Amino acid sequence: MTPRPDPTAALHRNSRWGDRSFRLLCLAGASTIFVLLLLVAYQLYHGSQLARAQFGWKFLVGSTWDPVDEVYGALPFIYGTFVSSAIALLIAVPLSVGTAIYLTELAPVRLRQPLVSVIEMLAAVPSVIWGLWGIFVLVPFLRTTAYPPLQHALGFLPLFQGPIYGIGMLTGGIIVAIMILPIVTSVSREVLRSVPNLQREAAYGLGATRWEVTRIAVLSYARRGIFGAAVLGLGRALGETMAVTMVIGNSSDISRSLFAPGYTLASVIANEFTEATTDRYLSALFELGLVLLGLTVVINALAQVMIRAIASKETRRVA
Amino acid sequence: MAMSSTANHRYRRLKNALMNAVSILCAVLVISPLGLILFYLIRQGVAALNWEFFTHVPGPVGQPGSGMGNAIIGTVELLVLASLAGVPIGVLGGVYLSEYGGDRVNDWIRFWADVLNGVPSIVWGMVAYAIAVVPFKTFSAYSGGLALGFIMIPLVLRTTEEVLVLVPRSYREAGLALGLPQWKMISRIVLPTALKGIVTGVLLAMGRVAGETAPLLFTAFGNRYWSHHLSEPIAALPLQIFAYAISPYDDWHRQAWAGALVLIFLVFALSAGVRLLSSERKKS
Repeated sequence: MTPRPDPTAALHRNSRWGDRSFRLLCLAGASTIFVLLLLVAYQLYHGSQLARAQFGWKFLVGSTWDPVDEVYGALPFIYGTFVSSAIALLIAVPLSVGTAIYLTELAPVRLRQPLVSVIEMLAAVPSVIWGLWGIFVLVPFLRTTAYPPLQHALGFLPLFQGPIYGIGMLTGGIIVAIMILPIVTSVSREVLRSVPNLQREAAYGLGATRWEVTRIAVLSYARRGIFGAAVLGLGRALGETMAVTMVIGNSSDISRSLFAPGYTLASVIANEFTEATTDRYLSALFELGLVLLGLTVVINALAQVMIRAIASKETRRVA
Repeated sequence: MAMSSTANHRYRRLKNALMNAVSILCAVLVISPLGLILFYLIRQGVAALNWEFFTHVPGPVGQPGSGMGNAIIGTVELLVLASLAGVPIGVLGGVYLSEYGGDRVNDWIRFWADVLNGVPSIVWGMVAYAIAVVPFKTFSAYSGGLALGFIMIPLVLRTTEEVLVLVPRSYREAGLALGLPQWKMISRIVLPTALKGIVTGVLLAMGRVAGETAPLLFTAFGNRYWSHHLSEPIAALPLQIFAYAISPYDDWHRQAWAGALVLIFLVFALSAGVRLLSSERKKS
């Protein structure tokens, strides 16, 4: 007598099949992250073939950008990207750390959450709106009210010489600073919050004032994490596009003065991509994108490593 | 001896007060741009808002009855397209991280998702241009939606994972104990339980891309008229604001402010939705 077939076998087979394909589907979703990474690198590499073949590494150090004669060098944009980001960091990091200290050490508890929400709202303001505000509010204010006294006081430095247009490298840096304030503040705040309270209590126990506690027990402990927050801010600053494009002046001359117009990698792509009439021109713009991608991936990876190192130290302690 | 210690004490107290004041000042400086931008948006924007602004397309300079209706609808269409591209992939990826992946693999995926998150949005525009504009020889709503979808994927993936791990283990065990296959347990128990959280993450990601301009410049491209098909160039609010802001006409500047007011309202409405959903989640 043959054994009766198990009536649930088909069901089992069915569910095994379902399980396997659902798992594969989810795996496909997760691996999209790597697919995207390869896709973006490949497309920019492939798109920049012509320019890479013609200019080689000299592309990175060439200071002429001349679409008419088809000579392309990226130096003015690399320079502008780094200078505007450096200005942004110089302004944003101290302000952000100060705010993070206020939020974790000083502010009345009832005020903390609303302030954090306000900073989140700040982060949500689109770049193009900062640019609009930059053109019509910030630039006139800087040109008439802020820059002349600045030039008067620091005009002996080449950085602050020359005519004041309002738009320019310094203005670009200021607008980027405003835009990276929220992320640097919120990461710094996370870092400061991860400092164990024992650390603070020990310092208070020695009779330290609140500032001394902050300086000795909190800031020295959180130094590396704050550095990580600054690097993350740098990563965002390098890629800021619209607002910078609208206020930096868009000139591919490298000038020593911060009042002079400049140009960044992202903003030259934004401005010229749809106007690129020849294949080589387009290819040069793709290579600028490739440079920008390389810079931001390296900087962001670095920032993630630093921030994660702090976080995992914390979780190890808790576990 | 006693004197100097009092003096020292006073010096330390003074320094303390000073540094406290500095940190309060920092906080005020950090949040003041928000106040400034809202003030100008409302002051400049409200004046240019009227019914036509929402229903009409852009007209020649100074012509009354021109608006950004097509750009507002265009932005909504682009958001829908971006979500169609980004949400399923992001959610499935998040499910993989929370339900299947091992620790090592998950760490790698999270790490690179966060790095991708920092890739400038204009770069995604270039990728979408290369794969969705060049082959079809036309700017289109599809390519714009794709560019925004790229940006949404890592965001949705991370937030989905974060809410799925909050679903109690016992729910999963109960499902499995009833004999449900794992995929049914996930789709019938885990996902519905975390639905609000997932929606929150999606809204967050939509809010982030709603104001993106750079990736649309050479994908959606913008359009001064209503677009009738998704394979045509399409207007978007941020693009229209940009075009008007850098134009030389006062009338267009006024409209740019009005557009910016509408855009920020849209973005804040999305984040208000987030807040509402997440506060409900905390209550329940």
